[in-house]
Amino acid sequence: MILSKRWLNDYCKIDIDDKEFAEAITLTGSKVEGWEHEGEELKNIVLGKIAAIEKHPDSDHLWVCQVDIGAEEPVQIVTGAQNLKTGDYVPAALHKSVVAGGQKITKGKLRGVLSNGMLCSVAELGLTVNDFPNAIEDGIMTITDECELEPGKDIREVLRFNDTKIEFEITSNRSDCMSVTGLAREAAATFGTKFNMPKPIVNKGHGDVNEHLKVTIHNPELCYRYIGAVVENVRIKPSPLWLRERLRASGVRPINNIVDITNFVMLELGQPMHAFDLRYLEGNEVNVRNAKAGETITTLDGEERTLTEDMLVIADAEKPVAVAGVMGGEYSGIMDDTTTIVFESACFNGYSVRSTAKALGMRTESSSRYEKELNPESCMLCIMRALELLQMLDAGDVVNGMIDVFPTPKPEVTLPLDAKWINDFIGINLSADEMTAILEKIGFTVENGIITAPYFRNDIEHQADISEEIARFYGFEKIPNKKLGGVAEAKLTEEQQFERLVETTMRAIGYNEISTFSFISPKAYDKILLAEESEMRNSVVISNPLGEDTSVMRTTAIPSMLEVIARNYNYRTPGGKFYENATTYKSNGLSELPDEKKMLTFGEYGPQSDFYTIKGTAEELLAVLGIQDAEFVAYKNSATFHPGRTAKIVVGDTELGIIGEIHPNVCKNYKIGAKTYIGYLDSSALFAIKNTERVYQQLPKFPALTRDLSLVCDKQLEVGALKRAITQSAGKILEKVELFDIFEGAQVGTGKKSVAFSLTLRSPERTLTDSEADNAVQKALDALIKIGAQIRS
Amino acid sequence: MLKKLDEIKQQAIEELGNITDKADLEALRVAKLGKKGVITGILKQMGSLSAEERPIVGQKANQIRGEIESLIKQKQAQLQQAEQERKLAAETVDVTVPGKKPEIGHTHPLSIVLDEVKEIFSGMGFDVVEGPEVEWDYYNFEALNIPKGHPARDTQDTFYITENMLLRTQTSPVQIRTMEKRNPPLRVIAPGRVYRSDAVDATHSPLFHQIEGLVLDEGITMADLKGTLEAFAKRLYGEQTKTRFRPHHFPFTEPSCEMDVSCFKCGGKGCSMCKGEGWIEILGGGMVHPKVLKNGGVDADKYSGFAFGIGLERLVMFRFGIDDMRLLYENNLKFLEQF
Repeated sequence: MILSKRWLNDYCKIDIDDKEFAEAITLTGSKVEGWEHEGEELKNIVLGKIAAIEKHPDSDHLWVCQVDIGAEEPVQIVTGAQNLKTGDYVPAALHKSVVAGGQKITKGKLRGVLSNGMLCSVAELGLTVNDFPNAIEDGIMTITDECELEPGKDIREVLRFNDTKIEFEITSNRSDCMSVTGLAREAAATFGTKFNMPKPIVNKGHGDVNEHLKVTIHNPELCYRYIGAVVENVRIKPSPLWLRERLRASGVRPINNIVDITNFVMLELGQPMHAFDLRYLEGNEVNVRNAKAGETITTLDGEERTLTEDMLVIADAEKPVAVAGVMGGEYSGIMDDTTTIVFESACFNGYSVRSTAKALGMRTESSSRYEKELNPESCMLCIMRALELLQMLDAGDVVNGMIDVFPTPKPEVTLPLDAKWINDFIGINLSADEMTAILEKIGFTVENGIITAPYFRNDIEHQADISEEIARFYGFEKIPNKKLGGVAEAKLTEEQQFERLVETTMRAIGYNEISTFSFISPKAYDKILLAEESEMRNSVVISNPLGEDTSVMRTTAIPSMLEVIARNYNYRTPGGKFYENATTYKSNGLSELPDEKKMLTFGEYGPQSDFYTIKGTAEELLAVLGIQDAEFVAYKNSATFHPGRTAKIVVGDTELGIIGEIHPNVCKNYKIGAKTYIGYLDSSALFAIKNTERVYQQLPKFPALTRDLSLVCDKQLEVGALKRAITQSAGKILEKVELFDIFEGAQVGTGKKSVAFSLTLRSPERTLTDSEADNAVQKALDALIKIGAQIRS
Repeated sequence: MLKKLDEIKQQAIEELGNITDKADLEALRVAKLGKKGVITGILKQMGSLSAEERPIVGQKANQIRGEIESLIKQKQAQLQQAEQERKLAAETVDVTVPGKKPEIGHTHPLSIVLDEVKEIFSGMGFDVVEGPEVEWDYYNFEALNIPKGHPARDTQDTFYITENMLLRTQTSPVQIRTMEKRNPPLRVIAPGRVYRSDAVDATHSPLFHQIEGLVLDEGITMADLKGTLEAFAKRLYGEQTKTRFRPHHFPFTEPSCEMDVSCFKCGGKGCSMCKGEGWIEILGGGMVHPKVLKNGGVDADKYSGFAFGIGLERLVMFRFGIDDMRLLYENNLKFLEQF
């Protein structure tokens, strides 16, 4: 909402610096976003009067003007415009002046003749011919006696192009502040000045409105009230300067007196109005009804709109002539030859207007007010004001009477004034009288302890709403700042501690935390080669997505990770390690919320990375979480991963996740030219089996013995199996088995490999003898031989 | 002979002065003190001396031997020290060569600031709770006093799954869920992802983060809200921070407010960061609407409370001077490594 400060002053006198005004009214709840002074960039442009004009001696199109600027001597200015004559008043940009757009004007010679400046067109002043209808587009602006014609006076003052435009952010509960009077009421209450609401008076006209118009509301739920008034002998002409300048400063283009009156009333009082040309209302009827399916209307902006049955229209006997509360039809609009009009002052259901405007893709000044839900009480005031203005402007002859169809009045809102409740709620201590004084400033009445809300405040329904009115005019800054009392214990839950440990560990291992979108493209499942029938394709689908790329909630964060890696690879970053404790969404159909599962997803690429680095990460994390019995099982069933370099991580029957190299075809889909490794672990599964309780283990008192075992076996025999054979057979004194070498080559024979382990043996009770150690090793060897391994000779 | 002994000592001192390595020193030791050395030579000649002279010369010879011995030891120590110094000098490294950096992972800037916010509120007794991102219309709107058709729904362009299921547009539904689960007194914050149908640009994202806060107890007033949020602002931005509460409108709080903090760049004088206003808006809040308490099953006659919502991205962007929100979701390593 843009507020003209000049207009504001019609209802309350406020003479205060703009910044101070903005801050104070912001603090009582009407937030100022900024302000702007009209014509601010214009410098050193004054009103000039053409004292003499003659042809340029060396040009057939230039004119040399002697311009009276109120000084002793006229100034000489050369112009190329053809519309000037002696006696014209014009804007004269003098030497060292600035015109609209920031262009600087200095004196100079035009074909040898000195020109001490420039005469300006409307556009060069930052104005339009709508603002000054006497002016022409392509020529110098000539100024009529609607302005104060005092040569030498600053042009902004002459044209009254010096208003201050204040931009407000109006919250959705305050439809009343979408108007100059609404904001004036707030301003007057803020600064403690008097507020004068217009009280329109309409002089007696002629005839009887009932002979011209019939109004029927067919849907009283969507149209609360409709008042129609008729004006004959309409005299279409431009509005006077005072009216045009107020519209201009409010950001509305002046058009003609009738249209301007409807806009003026809307801006002044907050309720949109409309005017129809009665010639084009078939049967002289106004029918407020729902559109019929397939009905069309060409709106004032020239667009043909197809309507649906849930949209409310104003129709004549046959066809829609306006989309109710949104925009009028072109056909029945006001034209230069219009003679008889109908003024409409109506109130429509806000939700209906809003959804209609949205469906038609046309949010207008009108719809943006109706959609906040207005009160039908304002309809009479508005039509009276429109007729008063019409008479004031001599724009036509009012027909006596109005047709007021008012099926759906809104109940008055009353509440007891409960000062104690309000004081306790806000934390202040005001008397009921002090509260009453505040409420009365903003239009409430308080009688016998009962508050009646003014009709224009549709946001008042509870004691808490009253308390807000009290608080904002008492002053939020005066409410004390109190520290919360009482005892409160705050503690991270076990899950939160677990998550923190997981993430700290991931970063300690060198992975960078990332944050990716939770929605992905369904095509991502194709890109990671997910099987057509995979359950993972069963996503939660957004019915109104911004685009396909963000249209389904991810069931896996692998595509997100791949995108991050692809982006970094594309930025020529040689390698990187990333993790995200990513939420994934498993659909439970449309009648239950999905399961939101956190999947710790980690990925890496670059020269440092291979299968064993990502496996090491998983192992380290599992160790930190105290999960000791996790097994890594070769996994070939996912097309996303390399069939020979992927493992499933399981503990007993529980699957914790997968780690592996991404399949080269998937990398190709993401245009990643490096080997990429990704793993994920189900966060809740980890949480369920974690064991982060630590108990001190006695440090060894006796020395350990070590024995190395160098074996040869078939290439396919997994190291895990060999290790298991050792740990299961070597007995209690086996403290640790570590793999220290794997080798394949001609020396060990084709299809074979050599595997070397280092065994640490120790007893907590005594120093082991060599033979005890040898014994244990022999037992391990026996078990190894059983599964097909041999000592390497 | 006594004179000879003095000469031997004198000579040894001179010779020691010229010695620079261990081998020469050893040779000198053998020549002076060895079995065939000069001192031994003197002692061998003692037979030719008178009985009175013998003990005198013997004593003198032993004294000289002792003196030379200790001189040699001294020299030995000197040589060792010199040798170590040479060795250390040879081991000199170029301290300006970059070190071998351990690879550590970096925390995402969103998490850095979120952790800080959590810690501040945790210190004031707030628990951290969570709620679902895919949410029922009821929790996201209806229960928060935003019925169907309410204009506030328009300002939060919503992604719908079905007519009744949606991606939450705010963390406020966690207020209702918390009221349903816990009884007052309670203090919680609920950080999380929220979704609005805004196209991506430098200051908009269809996905962003909010931190919801809720306090319920007997006798909670607007003064508690102001005191708590002011304390938060001072802990986040420093004790010198000033706060300003402006009336605002949220359907689920009444009165509602927005809190501005004095610009942390210019201190309130007005600069490019605060667009000349001297204030920066960081959160919205208000007293929980009694209707909302009722919807959450809380006895509104007994309890009151306040709630607030903080936009995390805004805090992060101001904190680190990030001018484009997209950077937060792009995850460029060169960006992540800066934090």
